[in-house]
Amino acid sequence: MAPIAPRSGDAVFANVERVNAELFTLTYGAIVRQLLTDLEEVEEVNKQLDQMGYNIGIRLIDEFLAKSNVSRCVDFKETAEVIAKVGFKMFLGVSASVTNWDADGTCCSLILEDNPLVDFVELPDTCQGLYYCNVLSGVIRGALEMVSMKTEVTWVRDMLRGDDAYELKVKLLKQVPEEYPYKDDE
Amino acid sequence: MIGVGKLKQYTNVLEKPLSKGKQEVSLSAFAFLFSELVQYNQTQVDNISELERRLEDAGYAVGARVLELLCHREKVADSLEKGTEHEDEYMISEKEPLVNRFISIPKDMGTFNCGAFVAGIVRGVLDNAGFPAVVTAHFVPVEGQQRPRTTILIKFAEEVLRREARLG
Repeated sequence: MAPIAPRSGDAVFANVERVNAELFTLTYGAIVRQLLTDLEEVEEVNKQLDQMGYNIGIRLIDEFLAKSNVSRCVDFKETAEVIAKVGFKMFLGVSASVTNWDADGTCCSLILEDNPLVDFVELPDTCQGLYYCNVLSGVIRGALEMVSMKTEVTWVRDMLRGDDAYELKVKLLKQVPEEYPYKDDE
Repeated sequence: MIGVGKLKQYTNVLEKPLSKGKQEVSLSAFAFLFSELVQYNQTQVDNISELERRLEDAGYAVGARVLELLCHREKVADSLEKGTEHEDEYMISEKEPLVNRFISIPKDMGTFNCGAFVAGIVRGVLDNAGFPAVVTAHFVPVEGQQRPRTTILIKFAEEVLRREARLG
């Protein structure tokens, strides 16, 4: 059987069911607000958002692979491009660009061209340490872990904190060899 | 590579032009996020009614903001139309609301309905528009269907009914 050609982010996004982005934005806002009330410490909220993102990422990867027809990427560079152009597009309807590669091709930056999470958002003085979009870094980390890549994802620039862009640094820590999940005698 | 993104920087969120509200995200992105909202709140409560109350609170916050957005975009209706005379209850029914699409309720959670979130949104909109009401979500079994439909029940506060009667 001939391999199925991978689909572009736009093509996938056009074919999936969609909802109003404001409902999504406001729901996310409601979550962040709940966390801030419950956990009080901004640091704890950052952690919880990252954890939620991770939970989403490890499930979202299935849908991503099923709908995008993307097959194995040859290297981390391709992986980053696929996340930026297909992944972001398919779920959030926006794309990102990949820049700032390091010499050995294991660390790069994703710069969001649009960010549906932050509409109507401004950080009050009491929340200056908050990484409002921390759910996104968790999603990427979780999803990549499911395809055998341990990564570290951190925010470099955040417009809510006064920077001029949304920039995520994705660093490949190690590639875990794939193992058959069961032993023979089980 | 500075300035790759299309995003423009504003010193104040209020300076930002209001979008037309036509943007979309994928339904599954919303479903994933909503499922995290439910799961997180599950860790914060001991019983179902508390869970529903917390979801409703989250929804309320969304509703209040949706109303504000609508007000900025277009003129709001002057009065709420009544379906039937002398009725204080209204119902919105949906076969499979967005929030219940990918949710299956474990047996031990009984009548828990994620529609509480939607009920919260409705209450948030109504309350902030000056129509305080009690809004609840219920499963209603449908004959010949495996999954029940969800009904959002709106019961207006007495003061609303009195006022509306006075205004004719």
